Amino acid sequence: MRTGKNYLLYAEVDDLKKRLKDCPPESRDALSKQLKEKKTQLRKAENRFLLAEMNRHKYIYFMLLIPVVYYFIFKYIPLWNAQIAFRDFISLKRTGITGGTWVGLENFKTFINSYYFWSLIRNTLMYSFGKLLVSLPLSILLAIAIYECTHKALRKVVQTLSYLPHFLSWVIMYGILLALLSPSEGIFNDIIKLFGGTPRGFLTDTTAFPFIVILSDAWKEIGWSAIIFIAALMGIDGSLFEAAIVEGANSWQRVRYITLPSIKPVIVIVLLMKIGTILDAGFNQLYMLYSPAVYSVGDIIDTWVYRGTIEGRFSLATAAGIFKGVIGMTLLFVSNWASRKFTESSLF
Amino acid sequence: MAKKNTYNSVAVRATAADKVFNICVTIFMVLLLLILIVPIWSTIALSFRPANYIGSYLEGMFLAPWKWSTGAYAALLGNQGFLRAFWNSIKIMAMGVATALFLTVPMAYALSVKGVPGKKWITIFIMIPYVFNVGVVPTYLLISSLGLTNHLPSVFLPVAISTYNMIIMRQFFEGIPNDLRESAFIDGCNDLQIMFKIILPLSKAIIMTVALYYAVSFWNDYMRSLLYLQKSALKPLPLLLRDILIGTSMNDNLEANAFGTAPIEAIKAASVFISAIPMIIAYPFIQRYFTKGTLAGSVKG
Repeated sequence: MRTGKNYLLYAEVDDLKKRLKDCPPESRDALSKQLKEKKTQLRKAENRFLLAEMNRHKYIYFMLLIPVVYYFIFKYIPLWNAQIAFRDFISLKRTGITGGTWVGLENFKTFINSYYFWSLIRNTLMYSFGKLLVSLPLSILLAIAIYECTHKALRKVVQTLSYLPHFLSWVIMYGILLALLSPSEGIFNDIIKLFGGTPRGFLTDTTAFPFIVILSDAWKEIGWSAIIFIAALMGIDGSLFEAAIVEGANSWQRVRYITLPSIKPVIVIVLLMKIGTILDAGFNQLYMLYSPAVYSVGDIIDTWVYRGTIEGRFSLATAAGIFKGVIGMTLLFVSNWASRKFTESSLF
Repeated sequence: MAKKNTYNSVAVRATAADKVFNICVTIFMVLLLLILIVPIWSTIALSFRPANYIGSYLEGMFLAPWKWSTGAYAALLGNQGFLRAFWNSIKIMAMGVATALFLTVPMAYALSVKGVPGKKWITIFIMIPYVFNVGVVPTYLLISSLGLTNHLPSVFLPVAISTYNMIIMRQFFEGIPNDLRESAFIDGCNDLQIMFKIILPLSKAIIMTVALYYAVSFWNDYMRSLLYLQKSALKPLPLLLRDILIGTSMNDNLEANAFGTAPIEAIKAASVFISAIPMIIAYPFIQRYFTKGTLAGSVKG
């Protein structure tokens, strides 16, 4: 650290180095001895400086103490526990974490070769891409509509209501969806009957289920996702619009040539960040909405891991969790790298 | 909200295209409003349905308020199991938010201070578990081996520091001018005093925001409660709500005739609505803080 009171020493060391380089051979020994001494002196001074800095920040370390212990217990011990994916773990009482025999990648092979593996992958990707394709354009549209709306009251009400659902849990959403969709008590089926159709159990129908999942997620989350776009819209320089009006651009053209290009960087960031977490297809939602009747289209990696935990298939479920974790981490780094490269902004 | 279409410096004459545009935006907004309101309204209307109601659910949405019955609410609020679950959820939320803030605020502040030796290593230490997620089993085993199963803290302890929330808060603290901290330092304050007396009073928005995030996540938690709280006396509201919704609660917490004469659909809808009430009440109060705080975290990127 070339800071603090040591700058004189640094200068002296640099100077000695320079002199050593082009000095006559007879004085080289004396000089290099001098340099060595100065270097020790500098090292000591540096250490003193570091200690002084640490002492100056001792309350910072004090504040970090409990959180670091917390991380150690609640985030690092689980990482240590994850080794049961490579073991034949039976139970905490009988084998403990390290007691089961080491089986290498056996659990991973079992998971990847199982008949449900590809359906889990397919469902996971179907939901995450489906939600991305539906929700991202809708949230951009919502943000632009809120920004452009000329009725103040309407704008205020829509904006406030649109992100309320984000705070409702999926259990509550399940209750609301039942009131809409259930075959015996739902409003949708009342409308279908009104037009002479036959009622359907939307939540137990393998064709309808994916649509319900994607659309209910859009209903719940687009308002919340729109916030970041609204913020970006607020940042647009108003003089751009004024110039466009003077040039004779109408509202459509202003959206097309000013608004959208201005928020493009934010759209790219959001898109990349979503791709970084593409394996998170919505555990809470699917766990709440699905039932054995729709496991074939409703089971994703996370729900499968969770059921494995409840049913006691610990090693296999951990292997699946690590499988997902490794791919997820890779995607996160790739998308973060891409984001830094293309938009000069990144998560870490 | 920024104002458009009324530029003082430019005389705006709306063209036909502009008018069409404005009409389209308004129609879109009204449609959105309907889509947002109908599901919520149908649930509310259902929860007030009287016992002797005959008619379809669609018609139920337009039932006049003076024909409404509060029977379902009375039945739920008079039910021991339901009240206990509500109380459990309140306890989890209150303890959880207190613990989470106690851990998150000092950490975020400490990591926002510049020039602390070793800060880089601590950041890496924190980021490793954040980017590498091994799933739910290892944490489940940890909670079991700590003997926390069937204790309420098991619901919030594994997520008492959300690294994401901590980063949002740290970014906010980093935005506070360093000169404030330095001059307080020269005046003889230590970092603890600086945090409590200078930084925290300036950071109400972000603290409210993060507290809200935590409160919502603990109030809504389902996954951890189901894993760790097996005793029915400890059931928080989301678990009970799920039981009521799929109709298995009758043999568990709530006796068969627990709800008297209120129709079961009304009971379901009313319990949905009651579960959402704390969020709906807290929402407008914290909204002004949290829009500010969210943007502080997100725009910086």
